[in-house]
Amino acid sequence: MTGWTDHLTIAPIVLPLLVGAFLMLIDERQRTLKAALGIASASLLLVLAVALLVQANAAPADTAAVRVYRLGSWPAQFGIVLVLDRLSALMLVLTNILGLSALVFSLARWQRAGVHFQSLFQFQLMGLNGAFLTGDLFNLFVFFEIMLAASYGLALHGSGLARVRAGLHYVAINLTASLLFLIGVSVIYGVAGTLNMAELAARMATVAGEDRALLEAGAAVLGCAFLIKAGMWPVGFWLPNTYSTVGSASAAIMSILSKVGVYAVLRLWLLIFGATAGDSAGFGGSWLLAGGLLTIAFGSVAVLATQNMARLAGASVLVSSGTLLAAIGTGQVAVTSGALFYMTSSILAIAGFFLLIELVERGRMVGADVLAVTREAFGEDEEMDEDDEIGVAIPATMAILGMGFMGCALLLAGLPPLSGFLAKFAMLAPLLSPAGGPVPFAAWALLAAFILSGLATIIAMTRTGIDVFWASPAGEVPRVRVVEIAPVMLLLALCVVLTVQAGPVMRYMEATAQSLYVTQDYIRGVLPPANASVPGEGFNR
Amino acid sequence: MELILALGIGVLTGAGVWLLLRPRTFQVIIGLSLLSYAVNLFIFSTGGLRTGSAPVLQKGEAGSLLTYADPVPQALVLTAIVIGFATTALFLVLLLAARGLTGTDHVDGKEKKR
Repeated sequence: MTGWTDHLTIAPIVLPLLVGAFLMLIDERQRTLKAALGIASASLLLVLAVALLVQANAAPADTAAVRVYRLGSWPAQFGIVLVLDRLSALMLVLTNILGLSALVFSLARWQRAGVHFQSLFQFQLMGLNGAFLTGDLFNLFVFFEIMLAASYGLALHGSGLARVRAGLHYVAINLTASLLFLIGVSVIYGVAGTLNMAELAARMATVAGEDRALLEAGAAVLGCAFLIKAGMWPVGFWLPNTYSTVGSASAAIMSILSKVGVYAVLRLWLLIFGATAGDSAGFGGSWLLAGGLLTIAFGSVAVLATQNMARLAGASVLVSSGTLLAAIGTGQVAVTSGALFYMTSSILAIAGFFLLIELVERGRMVGADVLAVTREAFGEDEEMDEDDEIGVAIPATMAILGMGFMGCALLLAGLPPLSGFLAKFAMLAPLLSPAGGPVPFAAWALLAAFILSGLATIIAMTRTGIDVFWASPAGEVPRVRVVEIAPVMLLLALCVVLTVQAGPVMRYMEATAQSLYVTQDYIRGVLPPANASVPGEGFNR
Repeated sequence: MELILALGIGVLTGAGVWLLLRPRTFQVIIGLSLLSYAVNLFIFSTGGLRTGSAPVLQKGEAGSLLTYADPVPQALVLTAIVIGFATTALFLVLLLAARGLTGTDHVDGKEKKR
């Protein structure tokens, strides 16, 4: 224990827990106070996450910066550990950027659409932060459940027929996925005798032949649970439907929920089935690649087939998940670092798009009748009354919204000059220049999938853009408040920063990917040395 | 004992999966409950089955799985029961809301056309 700064690692979990619980006690009519507390907590969380990122980045680039927090100072085999490394720090920052943006956005109207919005939102952040920080499988399950329980609340926030209908499917599917999660975890425990990720990875090489098959089966069941969350092809049909019906502020934060599944695959698969796993090294990699490619294909068709913008955004989540899974499935360090860059860019872009959609749709209320027939077929209904806001409306609304839409289109399709293009380039460049020999078939398949999905996205976005901004039957300019457009602009501006500062960001991603593949540092950081009497604290390099 | 437990888990899982795939929300929730019972029993069994052994060590005695029950699956199953109970309760509320809003207990919120 070197000082109070060690405890910063657990702060992203404790802070939203306390604030969320406290907000429940405050009367729902004290809306300003609740919102102020929520925003203050989210801002503080963002500051914390950035501080942790800076700390994780302070380590030399060729070593894994593993910062371990042992609850109650128990050694890792017996106690609960939180592990902060570069990947966790990156995910924390992304989560809390989205959290703050969505919360600011919700000030305009969403926080008034139902009760306990602020508390649910804090618990959502707590679950997400916890899932990214935890170092053992069972706590991963617990934080998954916290995150999901809060997301059920947020998905249903505002109520309405379409939301309840889609929410019913969402909850049923996720409850089933949680059961799969538990089965996977208990099989792994039954075989390996540990739930700590680092210890599990250390024991992998010593598992005997017949037990190994059982362990792999357990890991595969566990993987199914993560892939349902990530929306991989045969188990991702729930995703566009749910994401298009939930309120936009909830959808923005839920867009990172599907990336939690991707994160879990990335962390566990590379740790447990990495190079040190003996016979099981690389287990299931071809499944990830094939599943990712099929998800991209399905997502691209869904993008082309959608009739409204919210479903378009939902389908884009599928494309982005598929791209990530396929890129991770290649099992190459350089491709993974490109995938991390892509993940950062696409999380920000999709969240921005979800927020933007509501603002754009607001101006189309008059024209909505024209589309009523198609809307009816897709089971959507108007659930929010247009209430007259008294607030600062921004000038040149349509121009700003149009620029935002164009930014989202470029980012999602991966066209230059924005970061979406750089990310796809960073993934493809190492694939197409292997160290020796010809380019493998999988690399060509990935190249085709990336380019075709980009083409599908740009066609769909152009069609929607023309429909909304140029050929819209509505003559009314939507009233958009500054607090609503500011988060969208912030998210898009961050993507521009990613583009301009691509060099340093990419170096961070490379160091992250490197430390994911070289697992010894992680394992050594979490597990105490064999003869240590006092569990160590702080940075272990 | 192993056979009875395995059969129990199998029957619960089979019934649970069948009910989960049924079109009525009430059947789905009962299916989910049965599945979670099966999963809880399964977690419990991963520590090995033995009767009459305590999961808590006596003072001054070295722990061994030959004489003691594994406490970890017991802790896990307790957590899983609590979480499963809470999420099932939440689903029940949603089920009632869906029944009220859609006027039907079909999982899609509308009756299939015949």
